[in-house]
Amino acid sequence: MNSIVDKAAAFDVRSWIRLEMMPHFLCPGCGHGMALRALLWALAELEADRDRLAVVSGIGCAGRLSAYVDANTFHVTHGRALAYATGLALARPDLTVVTILGDGDCLAIGGNHLIHACRRNLKITCLMLNNEVYGMTGGQVSPTTSAEMYTTTTPQGNAEPAFDACALAAAAGAGFVGREVTHHVPRLKELVKAGLSHPGFAFIEVLSDCTEIFGRKNELGSSAEMVMRQKSELRPSAYRDTVDTPFRPNQLPTGILSRNDRPEYGAAYRAAAAARRAGAAAMASAAGDPK
Amino acid sequence: MNAPDRPATRTSLRLLSGNHACALGAVAAGCRFFAGYPITPSSEVAERLSRLLPEVGGVFVQMEDELASMAAVIGASMGGVKALTATSGPGFSLKQENLGYAAGAEIPCVIVNVMRGGPSTGMPTRPSQADLMQARWGSHGDYPIIALAPASVREIHEQTIRAFALAETYRTPVVVLYDQVIAQLSETLELPRASDIPQVERRWASGPREHYRPYAPGDDGIPPMARPGSGYRVHTTGLHHSESGFPTQDPATVDRNLGRLLAKLERNREAIDAWQALWCEDAELLVVAIGISARASLQAVRLARARGVRAGLFRPITLWPFPEQALRAAAAGAKAVLVPELNDGQMRLEVERVLRAARVQGLHRSNGEPIAPAEIAARAEEMMKR
Repeated sequence: MNSIVDKAAAFDVRSWIRLEMMPHFLCPGCGHGMALRALLWALAELEADRDRLAVVSGIGCAGRLSAYVDANTFHVTHGRALAYATGLALARPDLTVVTILGDGDCLAIGGNHLIHACRRNLKITCLMLNNEVYGMTGGQVSPTTSAEMYTTTTPQGNAEPAFDACALAAAAGAGFVGREVTHHVPRLKELVKAGLSHPGFAFIEVLSDCTEIFGRKNELGSSAEMVMRQKSELRPSAYRDTVDTPFRPNQLPTGILSRNDRPEYGAAYRAAAAARRAGAAAMASAAGDPK
Repeated sequence: MNAPDRPATRTSLRLLSGNHACALGAVAAGCRFFAGYPITPSSEVAERLSRLLPEVGGVFVQMEDELASMAAVIGASMGGVKALTATSGPGFSLKQENLGYAAGAEIPCVIVNVMRGGPSTGMPTRPSQADLMQARWGSHGDYPIIALAPASVREIHEQTIRAFALAETYRTPVVVLYDQVIAQLSETLELPRASDIPQVERRWASGPREHYRPYAPGDDGIPPMARPGSGYRVHTTGLHHSESGFPTQDPATVDRNLGRLLAKLERNREAIDAWQALWCEDAELLVVAIGISARASLQAVRLARARGVRAGLFRPITLWPFPEQALRAAAAGAKAVLVPELNDGQMRLEVERVLRAARVQGLHRSNGEPIAPAEIAARAEEMMKR
């Protein structure tokens, strides 16, 4: 039971999904299913209580994934999943709160919520599935579309620089920041496990592929070719400084990219409130003391 | 229900502003979560709750923007906790997106909108009543909503408590609408005893999981809600959904669920409608007003009566759904109807709709000055001379 193959065989994804929702609505070749599998695999290995698991998702292809998870699932408004999750996690600290966002969802319309969720450092595990495009609306440019790529709204090729979401999350103070590709599902699962185990806000960027809407327009080949390209264009950060695998420009590092042990906001708030209530109770009992 | 002039039970006497009374009312009703964003003239609600909520084991959070605070309130309520936000015009505009989600997914929550001048930034420190239609129609699509319009500090306290009861009972967002004047003026009120305040909670799902349908209408059209952690593991979405909670585009299913949604308040109008009718029995001239304009109108009606005009006042307390039956009854003997309001005629439109136009006139003002009783009385007399 130690090899990756054994572990993969031991995980039964069907026990974590709502089978009545199958067939799913993702396009052939879409990487989002691999990302969802990695998330569920991580939850299974951590023996998460699905009755106390809340999955909150936004709008877009990634947003639709919550419906497939056999848990308490909330498919909310475009860009606002982290804000909904903030309310839910503060009100219900007994729940494990996971958000699934797309790149446009998370970085464009939801950018403000992301940076403040990172700063607040509430215990939420945030997965951003980055496929470089607004897939559901037909393939418009997103904040993470690579340079010169064609989309339905960049007919001359994308001239805007792409966001480095992990650098943004780390700069905004996220307690845990990591990136992985859907090519490496076991490694992605390990990263998600580490994120779920982190006491504060965990931001995980998953580099996914959109074969139908984005790959086709840019002649990136089949889904298999797009996924293999992930392998060649990315480097685990552990290797980035080694001589034999020099870290070339345009290569995004993967793995755990930054961590800090800033206090988790919900626990800090509850501790301060409890101290205040204790202080008030002590004052009340002192005032009521007949001596 | 026709509101009694005084609350039935009395205890401690307090001097409070409207916004502070709102905060106290929320806590008394069992609210344990507030998310907001600073905005004049509603910020005192947030400030007071930032102190009160941690004392009772609740949570206060100041979010990054108005959208986020509405979203966080809905998130907390989806977790089963009674939740409130407070804002003013520009923030109310931003909240509409998620407010529509709460209406469609049927998540109970309370939104306080302290009305200031508009459009846009308008006059932040001046009163207005120009968000009446926005409270009803502000988010896209057709949806039901309740809006309450208190006219005094005591009534803000009372109606905030009622807002939570209505939100929980009917699984709907409830807007508490009041103007800057009553938000920030201080009045004496007698707070009811905690034991006299009903703690109304939404109906929770019960029974075996396999039989639970999250949006099944039940016998009253209000589906019981599943509390996360109770084992039901349901899906909640802003997409049109079937009784199972999962998205659907099947026209017949959408008709059924949307039909239930749109009818759920209508079928409970008896409990939701609230108004005050004063001297309407013999009124030849009826004044219809809310909030600070209703207070000026009350004085105006007295002035008019002293000058021989048989005037009466009809004051909607539940603004949406509009108490149309009660208004028709109050206006039965009236030859003319006057609607003084701090906007360009929003409630007048509704009154015209209900009373079929002909006899209705508006007295509108949007310059930040409240309408004085003498102005209303003078217009009333003028209308009766014609």
